[in-house]
Amino acid sequence: MEKYDLNHLRELEAESMYVLREVAAQFERPSLLFSGGKDSIVMFYLARKAFFPAKVPFTLLHIDTGHNFQETLDFRDELVKKNNVQLVVGSVQKTIDSGKVQEETGYNASRNVLQTTTLLDAIEENKFDCALGGGRRDEEKARAKERFFSHRDEFGQWDPKNQRPELWNIFNGKKRMGEHFRVFPLSNWTELDVWQYILMENIEIPCLYFTHKRECFLRDGVYLATADFMKLKPTEKAQVLDVRCRTIGDITNTGLTLSKADNLEDIIKEIAATRTTERGGRFDDKRSDTAMEDRKKEGYF
Amino acid sequence: MDKDNRAYLNMDLLRFTTAGSVDDGKSTLIGRLLYDSKSIFEDQMEAIEKTSRLKGEEHVNLALLTDGLRAEREQGITIDVAYRYFHTPKRKFIIADTPGHIQYTRNMVTGASTANLAIILIDARQGVLEQTLRHAYIASLLQIPHIVVCINKMDLVDYKEEIFDNIKNEFMKISHKLDVKDIRFVPISALKGDNVVLRSKVMDWYDGATLRHILENIYIANDYNLIDPRFAVQYVIRPMNQQYHDFRGYAGRIASGQYIVGDTITVLPSGFESKIKSINLFDKELDFAFAPQSITMTLEDDIDISRGDLIVKSNNLPQSSQDIDIMICWFNEKPLKINGKYNVKHTTNDLKCMIKDVEYKMNINTLEKNYSEKAVKMNDIARIKIRTTKPLFYDAYRKNRITGSLILIEENTNETVAVGMIL
Repeated sequence: MEKYDLNHLRELEAESMYVLREVAAQFERPSLLFSGGKDSIVMFYLARKAFFPAKVPFTLLHIDTGHNFQETLDFRDELVKKNNVQLVVGSVQKTIDSGKVQEETGYNASRNVLQTTTLLDAIEENKFDCALGGGRRDEEKARAKERFFSHRDEFGQWDPKNQRPELWNIFNGKKRMGEHFRVFPLSNWTELDVWQYILMENIEIPCLYFTHKRECFLRDGVYLATADFMKLKPTEKAQVLDVRCRTIGDITNTGLTLSKADNLEDIIKEIAATRTTERGGRFDDKRSDTAMEDRKKEGYF
Repeated sequence: MDKDNRAYLNMDLLRFTTAGSVDDGKSTLIGRLLYDSKSIFEDQMEAIEKTSRLKGEEHVNLALLTDGLRAEREQGITIDVAYRYFHTPKRKFIIADTPGHIQYTRNMVTGASTANLAIILIDARQGVLEQTLRHAYIASLLQIPHIVVCINKMDLVDYKEEIFDNIKNEFMKISHKLDVKDIRFVPISALKGDNVVLRSKVMDWYDGATLRHILENIYIANDYNLIDPRFAVQYVIRPMNQQYHDFRGYAGRIASGQYIVGDTITVLPSGFESKIKSINLFDKELDFAFAPQSITMTLEDDIDISRGDLIVKSNNLPQSSQDIDIMICWFNEKPLKINGKYNVKHTTNDLKCMIKDVEYKMNINTLEKNYSEKAVKMNDIARIKIRTTKPLFYDAYRKNRITGSLILIEENTNETVAVGMIL
């Protein structure tokens, strides 16, 4: 490398830090959506970098479906304690209990769609005018059209056909009362970039990403973890396998990968060789061709 | 770290844009670049195969990979800019894939704004068309440093060298009217794969590089202006804790040039001078930093600096004025209002301006300037004069894409209505 060359990870890092600083400067009450997954962990790490030696100027917002892996919640609490940041938890269980939404039933019941109501309520209650998300454009085709600064109307809705143009590095975060923005600092990162960056910077991630023994069952070609609230069909059989998570979401829609990778380098090799996308194991995206766009319009992450 | 992972750390990043219409083979070309670099995954392929089948299409429609919005899939057109990602062992690539029709000029302009390189596709059977001129003009207006003209569908003209040469000469003639530094030509067949990733066996008369070889090897480190140091303050960092009690850091992304600890700098608009005390990136102190790094700077003197201020080297000052000439592309359905007031965003600065005059409108199909036409509507490109509420510190866009660019925002709707390049 020559003196003035930045490798692609350093260039992505510089871009994301710039976006995070724009958020701190342009908004009054910004929040950072934290799921305990690797993307939100990297986003938080970049925020620490962007504002060091000051504290991260964002409140963490976690939308808890009540169906999380315990390891994720422990990791979240540890990170909050270590970095002395504010955490707000929006509970999907509470939204259900209040009668605002109806829980799905059946074998593939998921609280994925219900999260949107909880998220929008949490944004309104806490008067957040911006929510930072770890979404990446390579994840899904509707996300490929998403801006860094994505405007939401007073109902929290996204209008994909009427997005603000975004040129150079100028971000227009101007809005009216009641409207808010979703901002995606990792827009230009790919799954592999995220993993390489975790390795390069030695960032701590939940143990779920590394191989471990877990009781699972196979459904529609995807391994899912067993849990109290997961009903098995008569034909499905629980078995203990060596697995790891490629993405971490809610237990009901996180597909597990059969893997013995117990370190970052092996994980990266596995991902570089894989022939399916990360969201291929996500039940929530399989519902229709434009499932992601439809959810996003309503105010989803 | 083992060898594979280390190699990955030596990759750099190339952003390129492709403009094209449905018929000129753009989707096929992108599909081939992605497919041959193993960037289309099995489940993506299955999903588009399924959709293509349901729609009764004969072939797998690779455009479905990028046309992600419901409206785009229903109408079979690209409306917006789609970003696609792939990498080879040498580089990571970001493609800004844009529609090519004149009614999507604004999308092409958007895609071009961050690109290092533009691919312009010409159908070998048709030669240089109106749209070729338009795409080349936008690339030059937005100052994309490198243009690669791909003369496609060579298989349909029997791979004739003469046809390639004629189109190349024709394009060189129009390029005199443009401001482009580096133009290359490649004869390809995106469908058959000639000269895209692999060298063509049939066109042995062509001894240049394949498209992918160009994309992988073109020298881009010089694309950033490393001469004029410009640093717009984004955010002031004041930890106000015990350990860093007196720390006052100016956070931002270096727009151009480099800064070295000890450099004498001037803060604009105040004009105060000081010296750089430290350059920080997270918990590390750097000796120097350069574009496009995001850093935090501390100064020797305690002077009043806030967001929007520009820190420059004292021996290299930018221009300053309230009356600015700019080339704009209008983005909004509501037309430009002469004497209208708009909000301006320029670097990290917010101010207002009034549009004083429209000097000419550009006919981007013929590259003729129209001095009598003043009505500027969506997708129009024009040269205008604005007056800002306070002096702007800027460089010509030709010299600096960051300090030379701005956007206009309508006051009531907060929409970005136009983008401008300072002359």
